[in-house]
Amino acid sequence: MEVMEDYILEMRNITKTFPGVKALSDVNFKVKRGEIHCLVGENGAGKSTLMKVLSGVHSYGTYTGDIVYNGRVQKFRGIADSEYKGIAIIYQELALVPELSIYENVFFGHEIMNGGTINWNETIVRAKEELKKVRLDVDPSLKVKSLGVGKQQLVEIAKALSKNVKLLILDEPTASLNEDDSANLLDLIKELKSQGVTCIMISHKLKEILAIADTITVLRDGSTICSMNTAEEEVTEAKIIKHMVGREIDNIYPKREKKNIGDVCFEIKDWSVVDPVKGREILKNVNINVHKGEIVGIQGLMGAGRTELAMSVFGNTPGYKITSGEVKMDGETVRFKSPKAAIKAGLAYVTEDRKGNGLVLIQDIKFNTSITNLEELTNGLAINENEEIKVANYYKEKMNTKAPSILQKVGNLSGGNQQKVQIAKWLFAKPKVLILDEPTRGIDVGAKYEIYSLMNKLVEEGMSIIMISSELPEVLGMSDRLYVMSEGVITGELSAEEASEEKVMQMAISSNPVTLEK
Amino acid sequence: MNLGKELGGLVKKNIRDYMMYIALVIIMIIFQIFTHGGFLQARNITNLINQAGYVAILAIGMTLILILKHIDLSVGYVAGFCGAIAAILMTQHGVNEWLAILIVLAVGLAIGMYQGLLVTRLGVPAFVTTLAGMFIFRGLLNISLQKTGTIIVPNKVFNALSNGYIFDLPFAPEGIHLVTLVIGVVAVVLLWISQIKARINRKKYDFKVVSLPIFIGGLILASAVIMLIIITLARYQGIPWTAVIVGVVLIIYNFILNKTKLGRYIYGIGGNDQAAELSGVNVKMVTLFAFASMSVLAALSGILYTSRLQSATPTAGTAFEMDAIASSYIGGVAVSGGIGRVTNTIIGALVIVSLTNGMNLMGVDISYQYVVKGIIFIIAVAFDVISRKKAK
Repeated sequence: MEVMEDYILEMRNITKTFPGVKALSDVNFKVKRGEIHCLVGENGAGKSTLMKVLSGVHSYGTYTGDIVYNGRVQKFRGIADSEYKGIAIIYQELALVPELSIYENVFFGHEIMNGGTINWNETIVRAKEELKKVRLDVDPSLKVKSLGVGKQQLVEIAKALSKNVKLLILDEPTASLNEDDSANLLDLIKELKSQGVTCIMISHKLKEILAIADTITVLRDGSTICSMNTAEEEVTEAKIIKHMVGREIDNIYPKREKKNIGDVCFEIKDWSVVDPVKGREILKNVNINVHKGEIVGIQGLMGAGRTELAMSVFGNTPGYKITSGEVKMDGETVRFKSPKAAIKAGLAYVTEDRKGNGLVLIQDIKFNTSITNLEELTNGLAINENEEIKVANYYKEKMNTKAPSILQKVGNLSGGNQQKVQIAKWLFAKPKVLILDEPTRGIDVGAKYEIYSLMNKLVEEGMSIIMISSELPEVLGMSDRLYVMSEGVITGELSAEEASEEKVMQMAISSNPVTLEK
Repeated sequence: MNLGKELGGLVKKNIRDYMMYIALVIIMIIFQIFTHGGFLQARNITNLINQAGYVAILAIGMTLILILKHIDLSVGYVAGFCGAIAAILMTQHGVNEWLAILIVLAVGLAIGMYQGLLVTRLGVPAFVTTLAGMFIFRGLLNISLQKTGTIIVPNKVFNALSNGYIFDLPFAPEGIHLVTLVIGVVAVVLLWISQIKARINRKKYDFKVVSLPIFIGGLILASAVIMLIIITLARYQGIPWTAVIVGVVLIIYNFILNKTKLGRYIYGIGGNDQAAELSGVNVKMVTLFAFASMSVLAALSGILYTSRLQSATPTAGTAFEMDAIASSYIGGVAVSGGIGRVTNTIIGALVIVSLTNGMNLMGVDISYQYVVKGIIFIIAVAFDVISRKKAK
């Protein structure tokens, strides 16, 4: 006999169009009560839009189709409506007020009232209970800004739980977490499941998904491709990827045709840096060298100091105090006082936060491509616009950036294409050493592969690349040699041959240099 | 039929820009009716240009500042103070008018450097720095005119800057200003050449262009408006010097913003200052330039105002900053920074000055004028915010 499935949520034939684009077409999405349901898809596949429809950000009437929640068709007109029914969504960018305490944040927006005033005693007691549920053992009167990202996320979940959430939606919850925090969070999600909370998780990290999901739904180009029950069929990464991109990618890391590694061309020696804001040393005696034509990986967990290393060398815009050390390019000692000086010397830095400090989103591809090297396009006073267009078109083609023209605003591009523009602008600066900071974060599998292939091509042409990444497989798959960082110290150096996930992890969680037995 | 559709699409897409022109036309029509045809008389149009001059000059500089997400509240009293210095130099120290102008512009530069360095090197917010500047230069203006009170400037050449007209050829016929006409025709020809060249270029690179009838229609409309103004002016006394000065400043700033590295950097910083800095832009230098240029333009504005009144008064400069900031925003500078054009700012300045001028003609009390201007200003900005949200 067939059991009637109990669905907490059914989204039926959801179609949502934006001016000029059909973001969702006829999407069907069913979530069983009490399950962990993972939603995957390339960037721009429609995951976020679907969740915005569900939570009422795109209000009733702006889409077609039905949202059936707990057996009833819902007409959400805003987040307040869906929250009232027990649906909570936690975004990648956390919505906490950093200057307020944990307990104030947990009950922010639904304060516990006592007549006309807030009952703070009750608030603190209740906040402690909610924190216990998410296994966060900290003083609730601490300011949120004093917590790490992982703990902040837990506070967000506690906040959702305090609203008596039945359906919890997590949008890439582990994107900015280290391995420990990620594992902790996934455990928590499982525990919430046992307490009867249904969870929808959007994620790019397939390993996590396979570890946790009861059902996996794949979206592609605004349509549901398939829904897989992990208990009924064997689901593998390759299978998910195939559904996501509609093709098999048998080798995620393209092989380099020929390795052509030359002499050392870039060196950081005994580099120690103090962050005056935090009042502590963030980098201690860092030593790194890069050969011509080599890809050097820098792996480390969040907060290991990788981005700080890049920023302090690349013109030191955060204003750190460099207490010792030197940088050498082609054997010559240099100290860059500004990014401009670093660029001139042949260094380029693709930042990890392309929206925050990488691109000017309100400007077009042409503007963003040429900005690093306008000198080359300027004769006399004026910019040579014809040359500029040629350059922008050249790099658009070279990077295979998908956009109608170079006059497209960068803010309207998908994450992968934005990243291509960001890399293009740095290639136009014609660097000798290219630093890539989390080059594939938040971008889809297809674009990742293109970026990897490009990296190979660039080093074959004689460029040197430093790749900072927290994704282990990527660092292992791409690097000729890699350094591991932890707490501001280089804890190890490995060649591609000797590196393994276990060895790297061991170094990444150590706070002292690790010597491995050979 | 297709043409109508394209036109509709264009209006929809550029509603923000068109709105400004539509508002200007509506305001002009209303005043034309209420002043029984006085508003669009040649004499009043000339008047309007002379009044708009010192506001437009300030608004051009302000556009750069606002694109960079800063503000300069001191411009009014800097203008007033600089105007007073010009008058004092010429009347009390016998300085030649051209030298006086140069000295005053240098004073403006010094003021701009002082404020710009505070903002960029010490990190004092522009709002605070220039609010302090408002106090300081208002005080200095009063101090400099304390002994004398209002100074009458009898210098003919100086006063011509904001009251005079460009020369005409000796053989020009009676009743028509020949040089003005020639300039008008040249401007129209240059407009056609540059637009056609730009269109050919865009086509060469496969960029979207509007259809030919709309392109030509737009050019004919623009040419007609230019020629209408030119003919009106030519039948009166010709192009005022103020228009020439504003025109030159406008061309220079439009060139800087659209054609030079500096302009790119200004838009880049306004759009995302961190990205600009990491791309090798010297954010501090560019910001310093904007503040320095702002105060130089404020000095020029003060010169025009003193010339217009033919005297320096202790109340000169009052509320200029309000008109300048409103002009920039009405002209389409984004409140969130990073977007704006000096050519549109000029239209914004025309809107603001038309309101002043029209209401003056109608005899509306100055207090009501402020209220009306404030309402138009907030409608324009609210409309801007809404249309940008929709575009997202």
